[in-house]
Amino acid sequence: MSEKLDWMVARARAGKMNRREFIGRTTAMGVSAALASALFTKAAHAEAKKGGTIRVGLAGGESTNTLDPALAASVVPQVGNAQWGEQLVDMKPDGTIDFRIGEEVSSSPDSKVWTFKIRQGVTFSNGAPVTAEDVLATFKRHTDEQAQSGALGIVKGITDMKAEGDKLTLTLDAPSADLPYLLTDYHLIIQPGGGYDNPNAGIGAGPYILETFEPGVRYVLQKNPNHWDPNTGHADTVEILSINDNTARTAALQSGQVHIINRIDPKIAQLLAGAPGVEVRRAVGRGHYVFIMHVDKAPFDNNDLRMALKLAVKREEMVEKVLGGLGSVGNDFPINAAYPLFDDSIPQREYDAAAAKAAYDKSGHDGSPIILRTAPGAFPGAVDAANLFAASAQAAGIPLQIQLEPDDGYWTNVWNVQPFCASYWGGRPVQDQMYSTAYLSTAEWNDTRFKNAKFDELLLAARAELDETKRKADYSEMAHIVRDEGGLILPMFNEFVAGIRSAEIGGWVDDPNAEMMNYRAPSKCWLV
Amino acid sequence: MHPILKLLVQRIALGLVLLLAVSAVIFLGVEALPGDTAQAILGQSATPQALENLRAQMGLDQPALTRYFNWLGGVMTGDLGKALTNGVDIAQAIGQRLGNTLFLAGCAAVIAVPLALILGAVAARYAGRWPDKVISAVTLTTISLPEFVAAYFVIYLLTIVFPVFQPVAIVFPGMSFWAKLQAVALPVIVLVMVVLAHMMRMTRAAILNVMQSAYIETAELKGLSPMTIIWKHAFPNAIAPVISVVAINLAYLVVGVVVVEVVFSYNALGQYLVDHVTKRDLPVVQAVGLIFAAVYIGLNIIADVTSIIANPRLRHPK
Repeated sequence: MSEKLDWMVARARAGKMNRREFIGRTTAMGVSAALASALFTKAAHAEAKKGGTIRVGLAGGESTNTLDPALAASVVPQVGNAQWGEQLVDMKPDGTIDFRIGEEVSSSPDSKVWTFKIRQGVTFSNGAPVTAEDVLATFKRHTDEQAQSGALGIVKGITDMKAEGDKLTLTLDAPSADLPYLLTDYHLIIQPGGGYDNPNAGIGAGPYILETFEPGVRYVLQKNPNHWDPNTGHADTVEILSINDNTARTAALQSGQVHIINRIDPKIAQLLAGAPGVEVRRAVGRGHYVFIMHVDKAPFDNNDLRMALKLAVKREEMVEKVLGGLGSVGNDFPINAAYPLFDDSIPQREYDAAAAKAAYDKSGHDGSPIILRTAPGAFPGAVDAANLFAASAQAAGIPLQIQLEPDDGYWTNVWNVQPFCASYWGGRPVQDQMYSTAYLSTAEWNDTRFKNAKFDELLLAARAELDETKRKADYSEMAHIVRDEGGLILPMFNEFVAGIRSAEIGGWVDDPNAEMMNYRAPSKCWLV
Repeated sequence: MHPILKLLVQRIALGLVLLLAVSAVIFLGVEALPGDTAQAILGQSATPQALENLRAQMGLDQPALTRYFNWLGGVMTGDLGKALTNGVDIAQAIGQRLGNTLFLAGCAAVIAVPLALILGAVAARYAGRWPDKVISAVTLTTISLPEFVAAYFVIYLLTIVFPVFQPVAIVFPGMSFWAKLQAVALPVIVLVMVVLAHMMRMTRAAILNVMQSAYIETAELKGLSPMTIIWKHAFPNAIAPVISVVAINLAYLVVGVVVVEVVFSYNALGQYLVDHVTKRDLPVVQAVGLIFAAVYIGLNIIADVTSIIANPRLRHPK
């Protein structure tokens, strides 16, 4: 037994086993849960090796990229910026706040005024100290329409900013208990003077210092010797190569030209997992694929019919066949375990032909075909998913039919226009943002036309609620409402699939926040 | 004036006129696209006032003819403007990328051209017999493969099965010449496979054509060996058509290899152009288009002039 335990400790030390898996497997061997937990903590905090060059090959870079964090929109600049830049706050893999330039945070009881304490002694790569004024100027630049920042929607709710000594005070136009989470947005990298002088300077307070940047080709970064956090920036040099071709990227990993790659094609993930020296790592993200019904249009204005359709989806089969197993089943509300305050006690909805038939009969639908519109571009595999759905629904006696639409104009002519269609959502950092974007009665993108007074009330109450237990209960109730009454059929969540050279890379953690360990794999991993 | 010199001047002058015409066509093509540069920069956030300001700032409110000559003046003095998407100086970005394009094309040409000539001569020497058939079959097979298939094939063979090369061919300043050669090995192999057949077939056909002449028969009667006859007597007289085919293939190696560049992530002009076309970065598209046209026209002039010089009748006019 001890040999096996040693092996598992070694796996945990190399970051190849998460806490849940480690404790599950060791307790199965008879180790007490308390001991298992202690063992894991010790193993996971084993000394990271320093030095060497980590090379990362990523899809998602173009020669049109810039260093301006406000304009980052694809993975290569996102990962590159996260190496030379540092944010006020960041997300930990477990969904809690990782305090970076902001050392701690407090808020007024109505969660309208937030005060961050700025970490002292942190310097930019040009030697200047990071001050509250720099953070303020950074946020200010992102609220400026001219900066064209991708974070404009997040910071525009800040009505007043004040910097005094090491304190930064932000006043919001409406209460939000989630502000620290919203500020984890990857665009909000702190720049000296807010980056007003030169947003493309690439000067930040990150674990690495930018040496070379060739748009769409590569980044070379050298370790920042003055970085304050010893838990990041292990290798001496980080090289990020932009490799958009799937075959070349996979071959680069297999041949050892790079240590880490992103976006492994689900079709080859199984094959690659069997290749020597290579490990396929999966992290359940927050993005999801959906079929959406307008609850205000016949026949979808009938909740029994909606329930019949929800019960007629073979979710496991869809994950297996459409995502190649690289995903997880959804439960008809847009939240999964990757979100903070997720209630995992909500029962999973399963395929049930008899119950679906009963609900369909109860709805009194006249038997005319129910049309589901889909297109290849609705999400990867949307047409296959719709066909699987139609087959399982017809087996339950529901006359569901597919109508194939062209990709061109799908998002203007079909989505948010037709009463029943396929679509997708990327996730948001917190539940509030996800629900506010698409499920609040007044939401601009309420693509199910869902209007529920009780739901709205809960959402606004939860937003201002600072007591986490109460918030969690509110979110759980909201999830139940959307799941049982909403127009959302959510069969699956997709995953971030990465490949690493397992014998050479340590410290990898499957992070649900975003690709590449929330873009920080090069600085959080080390060479074994 | 020597007739060859006169011809040379004529051709070069013609080439310049052609290039000027191409620049006008490129400019008109970009003009004909819906929307203008200011709209492309401002995108969704365009307000009439902002558009007007930006147009005035960029000189877009001037008539098209004035803008054309301004642009042309800039090109003449090496000022190609700035990319709309990331504000990088175009001339500088192109400079490095063009160097990479020429390096890759050069490496491929240094292998492909002599190889094609030798294989063509051998095929002609053994016309209709097995060496000819093997050479033809192999080169026709490699030219028939789509480039990306050939690329995936060599990636699989030479990085996974026999790990001798690297699949990603990114080169950068500061790399040693040897390291650069190693980096571009796979794309060079693919490009050689693609261009070999065309030049080889033309060499073979041109040599076989002159092999029917009376002076070859004389050489044979003198008792010269077949290979000597081909090199000394047939080849010099077959060179004109070969040169023009070689020039077309060299031009292709410079302007037509975007698929190979993308597969191997090679940071050269083709990939740069494609990225900026998708983002509608018009000044870059204009600039790269003009460079590609210049390369094409330039290589064709060189081919013309060399085949004229190679022709004894033109070299020694009566």
